[in-house]
Amino acid sequence: MSVSMRDRFYATAEELVGTDERIAVVLADIGTGRMPAAERAHPDRVINVGIREQLMVGVAAGLAMTGFRPIVHSYAPFAVERPFEMLKLDLSHNDVGAIVVSVGASYDAAANGRTHQTPEDVALLSALPGWRIYVPGHPTEADHLLRAAARTDDRVYLRLSDQSNQLARPIKPGRLHLERRGRDATVIATGPLLDATLEATADLDVTVLYMTTAQPFDADTLRASLTGDLVVLVEPYLAGTSSAEVATALADEPHRIAAIGVPNVEHRKYGTWREHNAAHGLDARGIRARILRALGRTT
Amino acid sequence: MTVTIPALGYADLRRLMDLQLGDEKHTPSATSTLDVIWVLYDRILRIDPDRTGDPDRDRFVLSKGHGPMAYYAVLAAKGFFDVETLRSFGRYASALGHHPDRNLVPGVEISSGSLGHGLGIAVGMAVGLRARRSPARVFCLVGDAELDEGSNHEAIAFAGRARLDNLSVVAVDNQSSSYGWPGGLAARFSLEGWSSTTVDGRDHAALERAFDVAHAGRPRAVIAMVESKA
Repeated sequence: MSVSMRDRFYATAEELVGTDERIAVVLADIGTGRMPAAERAHPDRVINVGIREQLMVGVAAGLAMTGFRPIVHSYAPFAVERPFEMLKLDLSHNDVGAIVVSVGASYDAAANGRTHQTPEDVALLSALPGWRIYVPGHPTEADHLLRAAARTDDRVYLRLSDQSNQLARPIKPGRLHLERRGRDATVIATGPLLDATLEATADLDVTVLYMTTAQPFDADTLRASLTGDLVVLVEPYLAGTSSAEVATALADEPHRIAAIGVPNVEHRKYGTWREHNAAHGLDARGIRARILRALGRTT
Repeated sequence: MTVTIPALGYADLRRLMDLQLGDEKHTPSATSTLDVIWVLYDRILRIDPDRTGDPDRDRFVLSKGHGPMAYYAVLAAKGFFDVETLRSFGRYASALGHHPDRNLVPGVEISSGSLGHGLGIAVGMAVGLRARRSPARVFCLVGDAELDEGSNHEAIAFAGRARLDNLSVVAVDNQSSSYGWPGGLAARFSLEGWSSTTVDGRDHAALERAFDVAHAGRPRAVIAMVESKA
């Protein structure tokens, strides 16, 4: 088993702090002590503000305004939901960049309950203009996307998850990856749900596109790869988060959308992310059942 | 140090404010900050309207973006943009909104309006400038009612612990906080490790002296008392 996305992130962030003097990491207690060499060598650029997530984003904006490339990091609910207005105003409205790197995607921290579950994160950030939203499905992809983000001044959300696919794909930031060609439908599998989607569709004649950039949505590749009139969107966060993007991309094409994802309900369960996936129909069995139904088949 | 030659003086500011019509509900807010902003731009800040991108310029952060008429008047008086621009205040295509936008107004460092954002950004600026070994300083203006927003207290606590002595906050206190600040605002800052002082927010010489006081190893808070918001 490869190293986790989270561990890979700390190693790469530590390397970037050491090699690029523009890089500054802003933490709110989460992740402290995980980049010890950088913290020792560059205490002025590895900044822990304490459990103050609004300040974490504000400090990142101030750093960007003074020439730095800030990386903001926390659990998803505390990186996105708690300081949402700071993301909107301090970064977006002020038009400065940062890389927001979250862990604890959707219900990775299932046992911690609803306070630590954030299947809303991508939908929330999709409501803000100009953000690049990366949903890697493998630690190597996460590393690639982080390094690509570090070379820009964009506003980037990098969503790290415990769930991971077995193999990394040769992804490109901003592009859908054509995983498989078929004839009956187009299935867009997002990030860590690729393996389950491939298992679910192993004997189905469908095109599978792999999405690791949710925003901006790669409409060109979808249009070029469109197969049949059915588009199945498989997302590890709120169902239908990218439905409007698909609909806009296919405005001139007759099409149907089946959106498979996390339902927007108060789900008062603990356990593991695997149990939550099963409950929401986001394991291979559930995904297959939804795709068959959309195709009008029983088997 | 680059010295800005004032095109207009303090005596002109009320006239420049009067050119900006349509946001009269925020007039008390604007007038409360007038003297503080003037003293900063006239006597304290090391900035040049012809070099607004200088990485080593001092930063003035208007956190309390409400009532920017005084701010715009001072910027116009100091040559950051043409005085005639003030007449467009609040119009659809104007650069001058009822809350300032750094992407539209020359010399404006942050876009503000929603309360409780500027001080966090100012802390980030101070951290960044210190990391770059820049001589630049950061001055952030907040209001006493704005300090009701909890985000400010995240910034106040951290700035004290981080010993950001390139950061100054001037809190314009017109006693408009709904529940007030028992013990006074200066005590709140002092408790968090700031160098704090309280002055008459209409006394230019007192304000200048307050901003001249050394505060090595600590951020500085100047509580500028002005008449109560009636």
